[in-house]
Amino acid sequence: MKLYDGGKIITGLVIFVGLMLSPFILGMAKPGEKPDPKTDTPEIQEMEEKDRKCVEPKEFMRTSHMVFIDSWRDQALRDGDRVYENSEGKEIDISLQNTCMKCHSNKKKFCDECHNYMAVKPYCWDCHIVPEEKEGGV
Amino acid sequence: MDRRQFLKMAGLTSLISLGGFTTVELIRPGLLDASEPPAAAPGVKRLAMVIDVSKFRSEAAYKKSIEACHKIHNVPDFRNPKDEIKWLWTEKYENTFPGTEHPFVKDSVKEKPFLLMCNHCQYPPCVRVCPTKATYKREFDGLVAMDYHRCIGCRFCMAACPYGARSFNWRDPREVLKDERLDREFPTRTKGVVEKCNFCVERLAKDLIPACVEAQEGTGAMFFGDIDDPGSEVREVLRTNYTLRRKPGLGTQPNAYYIIGGV
Amino acid sequence: MLEKALTGSARYKTWMLFLAVIIGLGFLAYLRQFQTGLTLTGMSRDVSWGIYIAQFTFLVGVAASAVMLVIPYYLHDYKAFGKIVIFGEFLAIASVVMCMLFIVVDLGQPMRLLNVILHPTPGSVLFWDMIVLNGYLGLNLLCGWVVLECERKDVPPPKWIKPFIYLSIPWAISIHTVTAFLYAGLPGRHLWLTAILAPRFLASAFSSGPALLIILVFIVRKYANYDVGSKAIRTLATIVTYAAIANVFFMGLEFFTVFYSNIPSHEHALTYMFVGLHGYNNLVPFMWTSAVLAIGSILLLLTKAKKSEGILFLACIMLFTSFWIDKGIGLILGGFVPTPTEHVTEYLPKANEIMITLGVWAIGFFILSALYKIAVSVKSVPAHAEPSKEA
Repeated sequence: MKLYDGGKIITGLVIFVGLMLSPFILGMAKPGEKPDPKTDTPEIQEMEEKDRKCVEPKEFMRTSHMVFIDSWRDQALRDGDRVYENSEGKEIDISLQNTCMKCHSNKKKFCDECHNYMAVKPYCWDCHIVPEEKEGGV
Repeated sequence: MDRRQFLKMAGLTSLISLGGFTTVELIRPGLLDASEPPAAAPGVKRLAMVIDVSKFRSEAAYKKSIEACHKIHNVPDFRNPKDEIKWLWTEKYENTFPGTEHPFVKDSVKEKPFLLMCNHCQYPPCVRVCPTKATYKREFDGLVAMDYHRCIGCRFCMAACPYGARSFNWRDPREVLKDERLDREFPTRTKGVVEKCNFCVERLAKDLIPACVEAQEGTGAMFFGDIDDPGSEVREVLRTNYTLRRKPGLGTQPNAYYIIGGV
Repeated sequence: MLEKALTGSARYKTWMLFLAVIIGLGFLAYLRQFQTGLTLTGMSRDVSWGIYIAQFTFLVGVAASAVMLVIPYYLHDYKAFGKIVIFGEFLAIASVVMCMLFIVVDLGQPMRLLNVILHPTPGSVLFWDMIVLNGYLGLNLLCGWVVLECERKDVPPPKWIKPFIYLSIPWAISIHTVTAFLYAGLPGRHLWLTAILAPRFLASAFSSGPALLIILVFIVRKYANYDVGSKAIRTLATIVTYAAIANVFFMGLEFFTVFYSNIPSHEHALTYMFVGLHGYNNLVPFMWTSAVLAIGSILLLLTKAKKSEGILFLACIMLFTSFWIDKGIGLILGGFVPTPTEHVTEYLPKANEIMITLGVWAIGFFILSALYKIAVSVKSVPAHAEPSKEA
């Protein structure tokens, strides 16, 4: 069996496979720095030890915050219910800007740290206002 | 299938799909039900605004409300009509109530500015046309609300609104919302979405009245409340004053009322 | 069959390269708009739709007009359309693609386009427009491709394609009806709030679409040496004539109702378009050009164009231009005058916006040229001949 235009086909295949694999090859070369989000903002530091926790447990927030704040949005906007009752029965104002970011006033070291690592670009900050960064956290 | 059969089929299908009742039911559910208006369920409100134009004594009085609104909602001022965004603004009588003007309208009325905003219609055309439910009607308080996250910026609602209440973000509002012009308690919008007056939904949630009404406190120029509640202040004002609504013939049932008697 | 679009004469390649350059420039202009926002257009708070949506509306008509070939050929077995019907279907494909692109370039948040499907809203006409346009594109791709493929293999089209061809007939009517409903159901926009908007759209479509097709088959005959037959062209010219007369008649009905009823709010828009309102008159020269071209082309079509193909060609260009101005400029822009608060704001497209518009048209012509190249290549091969060599 003869392969017509074999040279061209094989060259083309090599280029194609090379292009497809390039992200992996380039990624192997320089492993990204492991993200290390900081929760040491002045606002959090000032809190009493027992109050120093998020609206829901840390593990849940870490894995599901995107779904969670999505449901916050729908509850506040669609149902007009702007108060969230958390798993401990505590009532919390639903607001990214005025609840979440009041404690996590370090968007760069908190949000961006992982988002950049994961290369996700949520468009929250196109509208919601980022707290003024206090240099260096603590 | 021959041609005759095909035409029969085509005729039959269109008859079914165009059946009058079905069509009306689809477009306005419940319109054909010959029932009494339902009694308001507990907790269900219909919020409305009443504006007594005669109580606005100066240009500054209007400005007070407009600036209060635009400041706390981060409404950008690009200082050019092409990019203009406004939630609350003024128009003359003939522009507010087109079709009712005549050459002999009282001079003071003719020149009087009227305060305009989203009418939070009971049957809002903007909600009807929105392809994503980014604009929606809150059935529990009558607000025509917006979810800016969902808006695709098709501007169908702007073509549909007969009151010109909607603005589009032709450019990034952050270009002009900087430092002291930025209210850090409220979000801005992003380029490419539509926006409008929200009846201060974020203040209502904290049991506050809309900012424009608050700015007129003590003057009796603006009233806000539940129009379905016979004992409410707005109902009392409507009972004792002759009021007008904008373009009532369009069937949108706007929830902004104007008193012009004393002008 | 696609490979047939990749080879061709130097002229074909130069033409495609030229289109590719325009597409590239249009794409750069779109990137600029994507970054900066729609402020780069002439649109404003008062005129919130401009040339993009106007082109979209016009091209839906061109797309729908393929039905004017499908009905005679498939329903009435009108053999003279045998060679031309594929050109109508392929014109529909290119037009629908342009329609969709014009919608996308008009969106403020194009990245959220899928929200229309993620949050389906059957109460919104735009939702249905999305469905009918995509469906129509699918139907025409399917029918056109299958029938042409069979022609290439010199076998009759399979039976299963027939239902799809029949379905494409009401579907074509639906795309333009639904598009008319986008406008005809809006309270407070008096120019659009008319029950005969959909019939007007169809009449305008069934004349300007086939007129464009006549222009195109003349070009195909001259440059690709493929003749669809003079009988087909003559029949098409008759369709163009009657649809054009219907469109002008419908326009006359609008004028009667608006001006005899003497209701000012209904008069404003037409007054603005044809004589100007409060000193604003940007559209006046366009609307009169459109009116003169419409009447002139109909007169030509009824008389001299019957004998001379040159005059037919000219009449079709006049008619297409006329109805493009009417629907592709006048109807959409005129609808925004006056504003809901009775002001007049005028609109002029900006350079970036025009470049994007040209880019989308170039994409349409690129697709059209490639598809026509394929069709001509397949059809030029005599029956039972080896279908490998190009003419």
